[in-house]
Amino acid sequence: MSGVLFQIVQFALTAALAPLVTGLVRRVKARLYGRIGPSPLQPYRDLWRLLRKEPASAQTASPLFFASPAVAFVALWLASGLIPTFTTDLALASAADLIALVALLALARFATALGGLDVGTAFGGIGASRDMMIAALAEPAILMVIFTLSLIAGSTGLIRIIGFMLGGGVGLEISLSLALIALLMIAIAENGRIPIDNPATHLELTMVHEAMVLEYSGRHLVLVEAAQMLKLLLYLSLVGAIFAPWGIAETDTPDGLMAGLVLYLMKLAVGAAGLGLFEVAIAKMRVFRATEFLGGALLLALLATIFRLIAETI
Amino acid sequence: MDQLSLAAFDYDVAHLASALVLLAAFGLLYQRRLPGMINLFALQSAALGTAAAWQAWMQDATQLYATAAIVWTLKAGAVPVGLHWLIRRLHSTRTVETVLGIGPTMLAGVGLIALAVLMVTPIGATRSALTREELALALSVILLGLLIMITRRHAVSQVIGFMCIENGVTLAVVGVKGMPLVVEMSVAFSVMVACILFGIFFFHIRERFDTLDLHFLESFRGEDR
Repeated sequence: MSGVLFQIVQFALTAALAPLVTGLVRRVKARLYGRIGPSPLQPYRDLWRLLRKEPASAQTASPLFFASPAVAFVALWLASGLIPTFTTDLALASAADLIALVALLALARFATALGGLDVGTAFGGIGASRDMMIAALAEPAILMVIFTLSLIAGSTGLIRIIGFMLGGGVGLEISLSLALIALLMIAIAENGRIPIDNPATHLELTMVHEAMVLEYSGRHLVLVEAAQMLKLLLYLSLVGAIFAPWGIAETDTPDGLMAGLVLYLMKLAVGAAGLGLFEVAIAKMRVFRATEFLGGALLLALLATIFRLIAETI
Repeated sequence: MDQLSLAAFDYDVAHLASALVLLAAFGLLYQRRLPGMINLFALQSAALGTAAAWQAWMQDATQLYATAAIVWTLKAGAVPVGLHWLIRRLHSTRTVETVLGIGPTMLAGVGLIALAVLMVTPIGATRSALTREELALALSVILLGLLIMITRRHAVSQVIGFMCIENGVTLAVVGVKGMPLVVEMSVAFSVMVACILFGIFFFHIRERFDTLDLHFLESFRGEDR
């Protein structure tokens, strides 16, 4: 019974926090650039303003064009609700599997790319093809990371992995640190952050995600933007849940739940600040160097698996 | 139980420092710019120094503290500063390497690491696990250093590859119990001498060929191109 309640709370929490996290990253970046920057609450106002605007769309748009943002949003919301944030006592705990998570992310990406292609403009097509190129490289890398984690924890289920990490059965391991670096690189690429894509620009030559969703407006754009914000929150929660699971409550005591919630918020704040700092410190790559960046992530994940296997055979 | 977890922690930290050395070697394969390569080399040496100091504390071996001090001051400090000075003098700070292609090079790197692991695995169960994994990591660093030397054209980056090999050797020495200090001292000293000689060579090569791209030396040797 409590599992259902916590699951609902968690879905509400992820949807409510996602714009705040994006706003926080923007705020940190603006401060580091020496500007004051908008309030971290600005994304909420942006979404609200877009919601009231009349949507305009191309004449060539088919129903697919209008359906794809909704599909992407629902898939990402479901995925972000699966990851345990403050407690492991969730109604959907048995479905919280890393491979299911990757499948949901792939579904969202597929839907968004179809929406980009649907209208038949050049920008939508090039954005979709670039996004697919990045995805084709990121997906094997994230699967290698999952293999490493499952070799260590003995399961691809998130609850099992978190339980294993919290149980103290694992110390500082090479393969874990390599997997962490690989996962961070994948998260940066998948969220379209610098150095792969710049979320703050509309420069024709370099944009990836923005090009793909250029045709959307009004309430459709709200779904697209909210899905993107949820994706950022999802990756932050995932890294937090696997590599810094401290505080996630395994029993239903009010104190434990409260501590889990506060620690979760702190983890998100630290993650957002770290991302902002990283983005300010680094320059954007050419689109075609993204293959090298993600190839590096894939090889690091491969190394993590190799080292895990040696540690087991020796 | 406490004793056991403490030992496991010692083991993990030693491991992590060695892994950082390997990761930096991997980064050297990926990096295209000379200043970036030099900074990565400094990071690698700093990690190596940390590994040496940690091993000294674990094994209660005083001479390893000397090794750590040498690595920190010379290889993490003096050599990178000297190389930065050198490339400024040679006006190649902005040099971007034309490498064989980052992807294939890194794939070859992973292959070499797998090879190192396969070579070390049959050493036998008599040695402790730490020594063996340490040896696998050190061998990987040495092989990656060789790969850097093969795939790079610029003379300075080849020297960095050479120093990377030397770091791998030191890592192996540090991981093995009871290696006398004299060996390490002589290795470190010979590398310093080599570095000075390289510096002199660079100026001579550039004076004669107007470049540090060793590609141009091939035609000079009379090889068919």
